[in-house]
Amino acid sequence: MTVKIRTFAAAAAIAALAITATGCSGGNNNSPADGGGKTLTYWASNQGTSLDNDKEVLTPVLQKFQDETGVKVNLEVIGWNDLQTRIQTAVTSGQAPDVLNIGNTWAASLQSTGAFLPFDSAAFDAIGGKDKFVKTAMDTGGVPGQDPTSVPLYGLAYGLYYNKAMFKDAGLTPPTTWEEMAADAKALTKDGKYGFSLAAGSYTENSHFAFINAAQNGADFFDADGKPTFTSDGIVDGIARYLDLMQTDKAVNPSNAQYDNGTQAINDFANGKAAMILSQNNADSSIASQGMKNDEYGVVAFPAPEGGKPIATMVAGINMSIFKNTKNKDAALEFVKFMTSEATQATLDKSFAALPVLDGVTPSFTDNAEEAKTFSDIYSNKSKPLPLVAAEDQFESTVGKAMNQMFATIASGGTVSKADIKSALTTAQQAVEAAS
Amino acid sequence: MKGRGPHSAAPPLPLFQSSEERWVFAVSASTTTSKSAGASAKAPRGGTRKNRRPGWWLPYALLAPAVVFELVIHVIPMVTGIWMSFLKLTKMFISNWGNAPFIGFKNYAVALDFNAAVGSGLLKSFLITCAFTILVVAISWGLGMAAAVALQRKFFGRGFFRTLFLVPYALPMYAGIIAWKFMLQKDNGALNHILYDNLGLPGDKPFWLIGDNAFAAVVIVAIWRLWPFAFLMLMAGLQSIPNDVYEASAVDGARPLRQWSAITLPMLRPVNMVLLLVMFLWTFNDFNTPFVLFGGSQPPAGDLISFHIYNASFLTWNFGSGAAMSVLLLLFLLVVSGIYLIIMNRRSHRA
Amino acid sequence: MRETNPAKVFRIVVVTFLTIFTVIPVYVMVISGLKPLKDVQGAFSWWPSTLTVQPYIDMWQTVPLASYFVNSAIVATVATVLSLIIAIFASYAISRYQFRGRSLFSTTVLSTQMLPGVLFLLPLFLIFVNINTNFGIQLVGTRTGLIITYLTFSLPFSIWMLAGYFDGIPRELDEAAKVDGCGPMRALLTVILPAARPGLVAVAIYSFMTSWGEVLFASVMTTDANRTLAVGLQLYSTQTNVYWNQIMAASVVVSIPIVIGFLLLQKNFVAGLTAGAVK
Repeated sequence: MTVKIRTFAAAAAIAALAITATGCSGGNNNSPADGGGKTLTYWASNQGTSLDNDKEVLTPVLQKFQDETGVKVNLEVIGWNDLQTRIQTAVTSGQAPDVLNIGNTWAASLQSTGAFLPFDSAAFDAIGGKDKFVKTAMDTGGVPGQDPTSVPLYGLAYGLYYNKAMFKDAGLTPPTTWEEMAADAKALTKDGKYGFSLAAGSYTENSHFAFINAAQNGADFFDADGKPTFTSDGIVDGIARYLDLMQTDKAVNPSNAQYDNGTQAINDFANGKAAMILSQNNADSSIASQGMKNDEYGVVAFPAPEGGKPIATMVAGINMSIFKNTKNKDAALEFVKFMTSEATQATLDKSFAALPVLDGVTPSFTDNAEEAKTFSDIYSNKSKPLPLVAAEDQFESTVGKAMNQMFATIASGGTVSKADIKSALTTAQQAVEAAS
Repeated sequence: MKGRGPHSAAPPLPLFQSSEERWVFAVSASTTTSKSAGASAKAPRGGTRKNRRPGWWLPYALLAPAVVFELVIHVIPMVTGIWMSFLKLTKMFISNWGNAPFIGFKNYAVALDFNAAVGSGLLKSFLITCAFTILVVAISWGLGMAAAVALQRKFFGRGFFRTLFLVPYALPMYAGIIAWKFMLQKDNGALNHILYDNLGLPGDKPFWLIGDNAFAAVVIVAIWRLWPFAFLMLMAGLQSIPNDVYEASAVDGARPLRQWSAITLPMLRPVNMVLLLVMFLWTFNDFNTPFVLFGGSQPPAGDLISFHIYNASFLTWNFGSGAAMSVLLLLFLLVVSGIYLIIMNRRSHRA
Repeated sequence: MRETNPAKVFRIVVVTFLTIFTVIPVYVMVISGLKPLKDVQGAFSWWPSTLTVQPYIDMWQTVPLASYFVNSAIVATVATVLSLIIAIFASYAISRYQFRGRSLFSTTVLSTQMLPGVLFLLPLFLIFVNINTNFGIQLVGTRTGLIITYLTFSLPFSIWMLAGYFDGIPRELDEAAKVDGCGPMRALLTVILPAARPGLVAVAIYSFMTSWGEVLFASVMTTDANRTLAVGLQLYSTQTNVYWNQIMAASVVVSIPIVIGFLLLQKNFVAGLTAGAVK
């Protein structure tokens, strides 16, 4: 027995030695040194209908960049299932791309890791100035008061999509207040069709609407010091309002409780099973792919209740970040400048149905001028960034998952009271506090 | 976990009989009976160094590649993981985690504080996993045994069914689970279609992937994947029981059930002993089933512990806490396996 | 001995139930791969509105399935071969030699079966990165990295199985070979391996399936260039659409080689099991 212990101790010592020898803090960069020409590695998030589709769209753009600057860009398109894990492992190990896409809601969380290059004034100069961006979009770059670690690339906003024919048949006009919207939804729920389809099983979508509905009530999830304040009345009421679309108005098919991404709701809408959906403007291509024509639906701002604040969306979209330990900082900045230039933006916005993040640029994501105008207005005037705090990602996962549960309860015949909401939010808040 | 779950090919029976001793020996650290392992302890120690036999290095050379890979892939990462569990390894420190502060047992204290959100979440997940494991292992074993016994006697089509029953086991595990995920949808799923449209069950179609039914769903899918493994092992075990034992007992007038409990079960004991332990470990550590079945939004009723820890690490970026939870899980599994083997070992000595 | 009636009823009930339980998911998988997208997004039906092989054509476009297939095949094959070779050596040492550290090795190797994968996912990733930093061997995002990970995953169980198998082969055989002037390696090659063939097949299948089906590590260790099927299959649910019919078609395609391989070798398997039992 003693022999064994001794051997084991030796083995453990060797193991420990090996760890120290190899060192355990990351700090290198894997961009292959390609001899003469510079090379950048770029991780792009999945924006189009498939990873291949993204590649097809981006490849000529990257080629153009290479022609202009001589810098070759190695592209990898990453699906949303993997993106967060991939970024985490990259941050942890330092084995990272030079430039990457992030969901702009993660900006503050990722900033707190310290793994990304802060855009100081010199960096901003290199990419064409901070002022070229729409202000609301630039606000998502990071925690206020610090140099942002990301800049906007694609702008997205939620809109209320409605089926024109169904509204017309019922003698309804598009809603301008929450109350009207709820009444319309109830009226349109008949004959096996529903007024609304929601991605009620998606924790990200749920957390977004928890935020938007709370914002309409003037409530915030974090106070000025970055402390979570999940249990305030405005938040509880906002979430209750959203849940009631299914619970009391019964205008949402209970099955939606297992819709774990927005796509399924969009399909219901495109197939005429639901009269309204809440979706970001890149839904257009999915709707079209399901055979619904652009003139068959309209878009208005997601309405606030009477007397509420006119907030219709969080500032959604994709930002670009540069890894701090890139060996090609100049080339990386050059690349960000290129990607956020007007010419490139025009190409990409159209392909990916994105809103312009550049000031004074007309949207090109749709040929429908009215829809473009509506979304521009929502994005610029009726939006609020998600909490710009390091714990934002935990807010999304804890609050969003709690709401998944509430929808599941309602869908399977239970009820969710305001007290239930409050107690679920208390648990979520504890979890966020424990991790900070 | 890691897909080596029920995807192991069937370890042949005799090898279990012999190697089981080795394992029992290894874990219980008893030097009593095991002929293979006992010998090494008895080998002369002092003398070996002076007059080593020629070729003494050969076994070490043979083992070397395996040792290197085990060290790099299993042992060093495990030790690192244990070390991580003592660090405050949140996203503030993750990019330069040489600087992460050492916080002793704080991660463990948080994980074990069952009154607060984190601890109570872990405890719930642990209890769910226990219930999951007991159900999955027991039912899979039962089905495997039933099938093995039913197919013991030759009949027309036996070979066909034997092959058919192995299909779920041969499928890549994610393919099978994805098919189940598709079937378990509420409105468009095949399961509800069968139960309510075809069999005419009254009431509304229930959810399977959210709410409390998620537990039933994950149990069923795990059983679907696991029972063929039990079947394969038990079938192999049954084939080693000589036919004349049954015939003798049939002459004595023993009924089938009696035959099963008096002959089959005791004869299968060596297989069962290892089979149950292996199934327990795989099932308790099962990550793939909930991961593929529920995706990013797992319902609390299907919150199995491996997946819970994965979320605790990757979703909240608290890798220190996740590592502490993993270590606790590892300790639990070690203790349970150790007790199991000691009890089994004693019984077989007594027998 | 004749079969009693209750036994017959038992057999029929068990076989019927398990057949249904086994077949339905497989049937759903196969038939859904032959449906148009509209069908799989609507209520389930036992038969497609129109039978189509379109999903089998489209699936190669939606994600680069072919290249994932090649990756999986290379990774799984190489990992299996290497794992088998390493396991043979290690098992031979354990089965035929007494040496210090032997039980320590067995214990350590076996207890890795208990490791929760999440415990060493991140550390392993870091070690790979450090190997790259210090030795210049690129492991993350390459097939090599996956191969050494997977071969190690199947190693403990393979060694355990093979050692038991070797134990079942009478020592007199290789002693005799040694008397004839064979070295230990020759004895292994000419005597033990042929005798242990069913065991080798079993171990090879086990390793192959382990590599072919692994999800967690593959999702972190792979990039576009070395992505395996396990991860690739999840990519059918893209931002804009969930192509259930293509997912099912792709599932069928990735399953076919492994199911056929397993079922073909299954006979070899069971034969091996019974042969060894006469020890």
